[in-house]
Amino acid sequence: MDSRPVLLDVDKLRVEFKVKAKEPLVAVRDVSFQIYEGETFGLVGESGSGKTTIGRTIIRIHEATSGEVRYRGQRISGAISRELDRKVTQSIQMIFQDPMASLNERAKIDYIVSEGLYNTGQFANEEERSAKVTAVLEEVGLLPEFASRFPHEFSGGQRQRIGVARALIVRPEFIIADEPISALDVSIRAQVLNLLSRLQKEFGLTYLFIAHDLSVVRFITDRVAVINLGRIVELAETEELFENPLHPYTESLLSAIPLPDPHREKQKVVKVYDPSIHDYSSGEPRLAPRLAEITPGHFVLGNDAEIAGYHEVAAVRAGERKTGQNSQSARKNDEPTPNA
Amino acid sequence: MREPILSAKDIVIKFSLRGRVLTAIRGASLDLYQGRTLAIVGESGSGKSVFTKSFIGMLDENGWIDSGSIRYGDHDLAKFKTERDWLSIRGHEIAMVFQDPMTALNPLRTIGRQIQEVVEQHEKADRAHAKAKTIRILGDVGIPQPQLRYGQYPHEFSGGMRQRIVIAIALACNPKVLICDEPTTALDVTIQAQILKLIRKVQHDYKLTVIYITHDLGVVANVADDVAVMYAGDIVEYGGVEEIFYNPKHPYTWALLSSLPQLGQKGQELYTIKGSPPNLFVDIQGDAFAPRNPYALNIDFQDRPPYFQVSPTHFARTWLLDPRAPKLEPPAAIRHMLAQYAGGDRG
Repeated sequence: MDSRPVLLDVDKLRVEFKVKAKEPLVAVRDVSFQIYEGETFGLVGESGSGKTTIGRTIIRIHEATSGEVRYRGQRISGAISRELDRKVTQSIQMIFQDPMASLNERAKIDYIVSEGLYNTGQFANEEERSAKVTAVLEEVGLLPEFASRFPHEFSGGQRQRIGVARALIVRPEFIIADEPISALDVSIRAQVLNLLSRLQKEFGLTYLFIAHDLSVVRFITDRVAVINLGRIVELAETEELFENPLHPYTESLLSAIPLPDPHREKQKVVKVYDPSIHDYSSGEPRLAPRLAEITPGHFVLGNDAEIAGYHEVAAVRAGERKTGQNSQSARKNDEPTPNA
Repeated sequence: MREPILSAKDIVIKFSLRGRVLTAIRGASLDLYQGRTLAIVGESGSGKSVFTKSFIGMLDENGWIDSGSIRYGDHDLAKFKTERDWLSIRGHEIAMVFQDPMTALNPLRTIGRQIQEVVEQHEKADRAHAKAKTIRILGDVGIPQPQLRYGQYPHEFSGGMRQRIVIAIALACNPKVLICDEPTTALDVTIQAQILKLIRKVQHDYKLTVIYITHDLGVVANVADDVAVMYAGDIVEYGGVEEIFYNPKHPYTWALLSSLPQLGQKGQELYTIKGSPPNLFVDIQGDAFAPRNPYALNIDFQDRPPYFQVSPTHFARTWLLDPRAPKLEPPAAIRHMLAQYAGGDRG
């Protein structure tokens, strides 16, 4: 599976912010992951975990303090040429969380959607530009005549479609979607998720999907990284992570997802994550946390002792799966069957 | 027979907006039973907040209860006109917790003062006594070191802790009914789980009856004993939580459940509800959900369905339950969900 081409490579990324206190605030520390072409990669964490900062650093809104972001093998963090900057702007686009706040209230849809074209100069004349606007509006399921209207005339779901159209018009390869459906109603969420999936198939897009809602992440992503306090604590293929979480923080997050099943909800025990269980006191290398591959493609953060423990748990679970397939099938049944 | 603590009958609420009249609640009825948690679930604009705000006289100034009654004890709350009428009910009998704890708290006063002033008002107690009670409530809602935290300002607390303080203020008057309007929507899932647990705990400790407003069906499954599903200003289905999740009857309830990503299959489209909610400025003929309902019958476009009884505690407003209607299976996503529950670790 690692033979797929790597589209984005985030390498030991660290992002600090200067605050009034003497010590800078470290929002992202030592984060590394790769996104393969055509996949949907999820970044999950709670507020303040640094997930949005990572997205914004990739798209060059924030500066990387150290580490690198590479796109198709080319460094795009730090100082880059004008030419490359323009290429990045065209190739990587972002969809924002709040469709009420992210559209310019005073501009018509025509201008809002065209802005990317103006920035990248991807049109020869007015005719071509307006043809592109018409085409992209239709692609996201809006009527071409909406171009002459203002954002306030649209519902939340329609506004988010406008946000998608604006990202799509420059024909990007890679889209960072930062909580694109959190502000929407249940039925509208389904529409926007379907739209994102359809566009991915149609245009071969790659997504970085940033979210806190794990049920949505499970549905839409291929692989997930769980992030806590600026660090990736676990990274795996989505079903593997949901079936076999290893890090206690992941377990606590998964246990907190509300399920639409009263019996299970009323019996469930939410696991509380206590960060003080980790002994990461600096100095000793064996106590320093690192991301280790426990089973193929499944990475967990820990020090030497913890990693040994995760290996044991994974081995026990693998043994259980082999011997007790019958007893396990009952447990598997209550999860939606993933497509093989 | 169970006695409702609060009983709303055929409530119609209207708003005047720029010279036009909007009917936000179209004849909704609801019984709230002592000691239980009722979840009201619906999408934005369905009227769930407006409906419950009418129970404490907090409708916006351009809105009014046009007809119907809200029985609470010996009162008909729908007849209340002045702020004076409401003084004995609001806070004392029925209290409300709002969505955003940041705007519900005064940033310039310590949280201790904000709770204590409610206690002093309510109990006409002296300062020392009120302070002791305030600290006790802070402990009850899970604030660690309440003595120390008493003197701190809202900005010194996290979002989850602030929501606990808002709940503490609501509890300060010993209300009988607590209305929680999306209290966890702004919070992280792990914090949300803690607040849900807290609400269950204070409900038990303070012997409360709770109305919980949410759009999240997972949260409903967690907190609710009873569920009311709202659509376009009306309660379209009402029943025990298990009846609603394991035996839903209204096509809108089916649609809501079907569009959950939890029930989706990877790589396949999620179910979506076609069209958009009706315009509440115009009178609605027949069943408000009919234009979006793939199972709509001809009569749905003409006559509004009455409530059909599914069980003594379960009602749904859909013609599909009429004996003359064709027998329908719930949609595939719902059948799949029910099959999973049956095969899973439940029971």
